[in-house]
Amino acid sequence: MSETVSQARDQQGNFGGIQARATANLNQPRIAIRDLDFFYGGNQALKQINLDFPDRQVTGMIGPSGCGKSTLLRVLNRMYDLYPGQRATGQVLMDEDNIIAPDVDLNALRARIGMVFQRPTPFPMTVYENIAFGVKLHEKLPKAEMDDRVEWSLTRGALWAEVKDRLHTSAMGLSGGQQQRLCIARTIAVRPEVILLDEPTSALDPISTLKIEELIDELKNDFTIAIVTHNMQQAARCADQVAFFYLGEMVEVAPAAQMFTAPRERRTQEYITGRFG
Amino acid sequence: MPESPEHVVKSYDQELKRLRNMMTQMGGIVESQVALAAEAIMHRDPAAATRAVEEDPKVDALEREVEKFVIRLLALRQPVASDLRQIVASLKITGDLERIGDYAANVAKRSIVLAEFAMPYSLAGLAHMAHLVQAQLKLIIDALGDNDTDKAIEVWRSDQVVDDIYNAIFRELITYMMEDPRNITPCTHLLFIAKNLERIGDHATNVAENLYYAVTGESLPDARPKGEASVFAVVRPRE
Repeated sequence: MSETVSQARDQQGNFGGIQARATANLNQPRIAIRDLDFFYGGNQALKQINLDFPDRQVTGMIGPSGCGKSTLLRVLNRMYDLYPGQRATGQVLMDEDNIIAPDVDLNALRARIGMVFQRPTPFPMTVYENIAFGVKLHEKLPKAEMDDRVEWSLTRGALWAEVKDRLHTSAMGLSGGQQQRLCIARTIAVRPEVILLDEPTSALDPISTLKIEELIDELKNDFTIAIVTHNMQQAARCADQVAFFYLGEMVEVAPAAQMFTAPRERRTQEYITGRFG
Repeated sequence: MPESPEHVVKSYDQELKRLRNMMTQMGGIVESQVALAAEAIMHRDPAAATRAVEEDPKVDALEREVEKFVIRLLALRQPVASDLRQIVASLKITGDLERIGDYAANVAKRSIVLAEFAMPYSLAGLAHMAHLVQAQLKLIIDALGDNDTDKAIEVWRSDQVVDDIYNAIFRELITYMMEDPRNITPCTHLLFIAKNLERIGDHATNVAENLYYAVTGESLPDARPKGEASVFAVVRPRE
């Protein structure tokens, strides 16, 4: 190794400091996970996770099936509380509050952290009622304000133009892509701080998928977003930072551009290039 | 770098192998072109010169083939990480190899003209330079074959010596031209030959940089040891 080369390397042996690049252009964390362990009964599904979700940016979570990425989403809005025998230890900090502490008001938490699922799950009601339903659980609004809220949510959900003339018809008549955008609008309607998306486009056609991706890009101006996806290209397109999970561990987290051009970890490299053995 | 395990999709592996083979094949031809061109100057061998020139269309064809293949891979495989770096680097590296081939052909052509002139001065400097450049080229083409970053770094830093010899030759040739105007034609050809060899060294360095990035994901520093000082040289005739 020449002197010039060794001089240019930093103490970790990297040229130009990969570590410095790894955190560049990321906002302050909205949610900070510290030493999180999660158990399904006796099975440990997450091991010592430490991960920040930067404010008003998109964090993509990738990894093979069963790696723990969906489990992590379920921890973030305490969905596991519905099932006995599932427990989380460690800290998930949001404004200094540990949201996995036992005394947290779950209804209030779920208004702050909304979730959208893999398959569209519209309620068997009208389009209008689908949006209003969730809002009514948290706020008492006069009709005019509720109308405004419904329009605002559907507009932010990139669905308003398509449904404004059929607000009072059943949501079940919408296409799959429209239903999924309705679910996103429904989540936005309660004005959360964080939106969790669990493979939101896996049941959609390519154009509907692109519309959702465009929507995510738009929504991150106001919301912190975490998206679990099996579609690597989608993570590359949508996310500001990407975390790779494997067997319950978070192997690597990096800005998307770095993750998909020069990941640090061998396991990440093998997974994203399609070499997983 | 240890070999990666195979892709789940086997045909992707075969395509990447094919890409690497085209690149090393191109490297082999270019290496022989430079050797023939050096031979042509040192031994006044017009047959070697002709062969060097005749190899050029093969190199150009391979470059076009690589380019088409890379575009196809980018469109169909959407490569990421090490695959993406390898594929993009192949495109850039074959561009450098093609330029090296052009310079070698140019040296060979000039050697044919040079053979018509009597040259009462030593070509030892030029021979030394050609020897070093060939060694660099051989090393970097070996490195391409087995993704060897140590060899790449060795090539990357050894270009300085070639630049120094080029500067010395530049000054030497100008001295001959000032001594006797009849030297101007052969010396100008020699100057271009030296310059072409120096450029071949530069392209070998580019290949080293691209290979290093492809394998490690990190860039070599911008500041390469570099000393091609003839660009600043001014020579004035004696008053």
